[in-house]
Amino acid sequence: MNEQTTAARPKNQGFKNAVLALESTFGIDTRMLAMVGALLIIWIILAVMTDGIFLTPRNLYNLAVQSTVVGIMATGMVLVIVARHIDLSVGSVLGTTGMVIAAFQVEVFPIGAFWNWPLTIVIGLALGALIGCWQGYWIAYRGVPAFVVTLAGFLMFRGGAWLITEGRTVAPMDVTYQVLGGGINGSIGFFWSWVLGILALIAVIAVSMYSRAKHRKYGCRVKPMWAEVVLILIAAAVILGFVEVMNSYYKPHTEIPRGIPVPVLILICVVLVMGFVSKVTKFGRYVFAMGGNPEAAELSGIDVKKTTLMVFVVMGVLCAIAAVITTARLNAGTNSMGMLAELSVIAAAVIGGTSLAGGIGSVVGAILGAVVMQSLENGMVLLSVSSAMRQVIIGLVLIAAVWFDSMYRRRR
Amino acid sequence: MTDIPLIEMRNISKRFGGLQAVDDVSIDLYPGEVVGVLGHNGAGKSVLMKTLSGAIPPDSGDIRVNGETADIGNPRDAQGYGIETIYQTLALADNLDAPGNLFLGREILTRFGTLDADAMEAETRKVVHRLNPNFTNLKDPVRNMSGGQRQSVAIARAIYFNARILIMDEPTAALGPQETAMVAELIKQLKSEGIGIFLISHDIHDVFDLADRVTVLKNGRKVGTRKTSEVTKDQVLGMIILGKLPEEENENDVKGFH
Ligand SMILES: Nc1ncnc2c1ncn2[C@@H]1O[C@H](COP(=O)(O)OP(=O)(O)OP(=O)(O)O)[C@@H](O)[C@H]1O
Ligand SMILES: [Mg+2]
Repeated sequence: MNEQTTAARPKNQGFKNAVLALESTFGIDTRMLAMVGALLIIWIILAVMTDGIFLTPRNLYNLAVQSTVVGIMATGMVLVIVARHIDLSVGSVLGTTGMVIAAFQVEVFPIGAFWNWPLTIVIGLALGALIGCWQGYWIAYRGVPAFVVTLAGFLMFRGGAWLITEGRTVAPMDVTYQVLGGGINGSIGFFWSWVLGILALIAVIAVSMYSRAKHRKYGCRVKPMWAEVVLILIAAAVILGFVEVMNSYYKPHTEIPRGIPVPVLILICVVLVMGFVSKVTKFGRYVFAMGGNPEAAELSGIDVKKTTLMVFVVMGVLCAIAAVITTARLNAGTNSMGMLAELSVIAAAVIGGTSLAGGIGSVVGAILGAVVMQSLENGMVLLSVSSAMRQVIIGLVLIAAVWFDSMYRRRR
Repeated sequence: MTDIPLIEMRNISKRFGGLQAVDDVSIDLYPGEVVGVLGHNGAGKSVLMKTLSGAIPPDSGDIRVNGETADIGNPRDAQGYGIETIYQTLALADNLDAPGNLFLGREILTRFGTLDADAMEAETRKVVHRLNPNFTNLKDPVRNMSGGQRQSVAIARAIYFNARILIMDEPTAALGPQETAMVAELIKQLKSEGIGIFLISHDIHDVFDLADRVTVLKNGRKVGTRKTSEVTKDQVLGMIILGKLPEEENENDVKGFH
């Protein structure tokens, strides 16, 4: 059988064979590799065009913080799209939950009470979950297409955000709360950044050793040791390099390194949790199965409706987390929060390799997608490209990314 | 064979809009028995079997398992009664690999409650190799697999969970002669373990030699059930094509069978 398949392949497919060899040796997706390559090329081009300003620690710090809001929501959008749905309401949900958080913090609860800001976060997250429940219910149990339900949500929750304070901006937020936005005090400093970086590195090594041992125990294929070492070295370079860059950006008028911004830590936690959920939990497996073949999922005894509902609940909670970072960063709740974010979030997921046909997508890809989008945005701002022109270019990039993706998949 | 049937389906009917897909059909199955379900395309074979596997709720009629009325509302209920199904469409999630499909809905978990991918892969390798020893690319998405490999995955999924009742809807449609022989071997083995099997096909040759009895459907109605030891292939063919029992045929048919 194997012989037949090999023989059936045309001979002049050196590219394809190289790709397959790379994948089987390192056990990683070459598409992901291509994305990283594209990101590096974009960075180099922007660095050259901005005379190096793009790659300064200061700009990279800002880029990291700017990517968090879209990145967090994109991890949920991956699940939504993988399950063959769409969510057009994420920006509006961010707006409503953010406004509720701000209103409670500034106008309802006593200002300065130690429990004020934590409680408002809990309220915000609960509201996000509730909104997810509402939308998920109509989609899963009442069979209204997600496109329609979330388009309605797009309007309703944008209007809802306005109604909460009749359009007034609410400010200022609690001082401790502002840390979550990554402002002047919103980073963890030199020492803890290195501690975290080194712990992360140890974790990477431990996990890869553990999974090697486990693969062996069950007689599954193990990648060669040298490939494992190369991967670990790359991870080490990325982690430690990131910490070093974040520590090279000082607080204003001082030489105190800022370290890793708090919102980036939140993003990292979200990515770890969502990556975990999508790869090694039943829920994640069912979402992918539903996207691959809804009928098969149903016939396998999966509760498709409940799983669909849960996908939207997760999405709602992620919107609320993004709302926390947004309000903390703005130091206010405003009406324009999250406006048009749905487009960036969907674009990030799609640039990151999530297939709109369902069944395919990854959390890490979505983060890369978010960073690509934000890098372009950030770079063009540095180059003083007008906002109209930025929109044109981002639109073109979206088409190019999806075109590349479909070409890539066809060649495989 | 014991006296109590494993499965008794009584007066099952199912209508889709204006189409009576299954019309008042009764059928039973004993332990260690293979019952062939035959009929033309669109005769209602798959729909009848889906009412047993929980995929389609019947409009009327009842189902007994081991003599007791069974309440089968969804596929999970059917699995609970030990009913496993190889669907004609295979019902595989194309984006998942073989272990992902085999254990879909019934994953092996680690002690932390997470998916145990390695354990599932090891188990899959064992059961799939029983059917198809050349099957090595287990970790590919099934989208990239050949028709025969996909069918092997679907069969493996049905036999892995110690079914007592197996529904095989055209299980060899995509298989080559070698794998088809392997499936026939497997059916005999499962039969000897006391498992009851419904073997569905529109082609009598797939079924006749393996089945103890055959039930023929035509346009949603049951034509009749016969022991394969008491009829010839031609007689069954007559049932399928003409929709008449061998006895009835004898009266009208000019050639006759005597
Ligand atoms: N979900 C459904 N909705 C509407 N009609 C259906 C559905 N499933 C089956 N049918 C119809 O019911 C009739 C019986 O279909 P069924 O699939 O049972 O045929 P079959 O005997 O299995 O044929 P084949 O040999 O082609 O598999 C067909 O006319 C089919 O079009
Ligand atoms: Mg059929």
